[in-house]
Amino acid sequence: MNWLMRILIFLAAMVAVYLESSFDGFRNWFGAQIDLLPALMVYAALTCSLAFVTVLAVAGGLWFDSLSANPLGISILPLLMVGLLIHGRRELILRDQLFAHYVLGLAASAVVPVATVILLLTLGHKPLIFWGSLWQWLVMTLGGGLAAPVIFRLFDWLDRALSYRPVFETSFRPDREIRRGRS
Amino acid sequence: MLRRPHYIALGLVGLLTVILLNLPTRTAGRIKLVIASTFLPIFGIDRTARQLTREAGAATTSRKELERQNDELRRTNQWLQIQAMKAATLERENDQLRQFIGRSRQAPVTLKFARVIGRDPANWWQSIVIDLGSRDGMRPDLAVRTADGLVGRLSEVTPATSKVELIGNPTCKVSALVEKTGEIGIITSSAGLFDTSLVALSYFSSSSISKPGQTVVTSGLGAIFPKGIPIGQIAEEAHPVEFGLRAEGRVKLAANLGSLEEVWVVVQ
Repeated sequence: MNWLMRILIFLAAMVAVYLESSFDGFRNWFGAQIDLLPALMVYAALTCSLAFVTVLAVAGGLWFDSLSANPLGISILPLLMVGLLIHGRRELILRDQLFAHYVLGLAASAVVPVATVILLLTLGHKPLIFWGSLWQWLVMTLGGGLAAPVIFRLFDWLDRALSYRPVFETSFRPDREIRRGRS
Repeated sequence: MLRRPHYIALGLVGLLTVILLNLPTRTAGRIKLVIASTFLPIFGIDRTARQLTREAGAATTSRKELERQNDELRRTNQWLQIQAMKAATLERENDQLRQFIGRSRQAPVTLKFARVIGRDPANWWQSIVIDLGSRDGMRPDLAVRTADGLVGRLSEVTPATSKVELIGNPTCKVSALVEKTGEIGIITSSAGLFDTSLVALSYFSSSSISKPGQTVVTSGLGAIFPKGIPIGQIAEEAHPVEFGLRAEGRVKLAANLGSLEEVWVVVQ
């Protein structure tokens, strides 16, 4: 993965946080906002280096918290946990399978909000938790699950479009040509 | 399987998180503002795009329709001018009467118009971002309202934007007064099963006589919210809690917090 792709993933994280803040469509239709950062973290964990996954978790978490009433830094650890768990097992994951994208996006989107709320409660904050929060969690989980395959398709396409592909040389060499027949 | 580099990354980020979470509130707030300011170019682009869309919409509206709207607005304007004159007369009378009984004049209140440009991305907080900041005279703890009723209070202010904690958020408590009975309680947090427009009215007297439908306004206690801003109506009669030591009811908010686009900041 080249540096341009890394910048694009960072920009995508920033725009995702901005859209979560400014686009009310999902909130008005489904009563909950969808978080795209966990799905993006799944893509980064299966594609990028450990250092990049760590920096993305820190940047994404800080951006999210800066536009939210969350205490600064609370969203970093849940994102990093998801990133590290997937990165540590990525040899075992069928990276190109649509089903794998969906399941991983679903799991990451389910775990991150729950872990964040648990951290908030542990630190003595009082987030707004009511029965409707279960519905919100379901919407976030399903939304993240559906977003993950789209993110994989989009970034894989961008990667193919923007990165250098070496041209494979043929094995033909004139000096090793086997001449057949009688000379 | 997690390997050594994973544990090192987790340890470093864990340390960073602990440091960030233990920063003094003011320092953490400043860092938050610096990070949030990285979004300002995107907010700017968004605002320009919306303005262009509005202008394009206005350009395509027919002259006939514009004239009709203009007539309607002129009529509304005249009616509001008459109401304002009546209100000014009543205010003068009120001041004179207050002087007679030896009470000081009520502090004048100015309203500043603001557009909502963002919402809290987390579902477990209720807050919005408005397009007024410290350079427009905003400061934390100013009350925010719509024509219908109270919305919340300013919590964080940057030079160009401000964050508003909405009523019903557990961190935005409001001292409330039931107009008809004079009972005072505190609006604490959302209380609906799925409906965030219902909020809990707590710390009521256990012998409360308030009934559903009665209007609830800000009491003016606590010095953040001026007295008399409508909050909503009692939706459920107060019932005793904590072994009858106090009562708790529910209030249906007057302002629709789910579709806020424009608000007014109350500057005292």
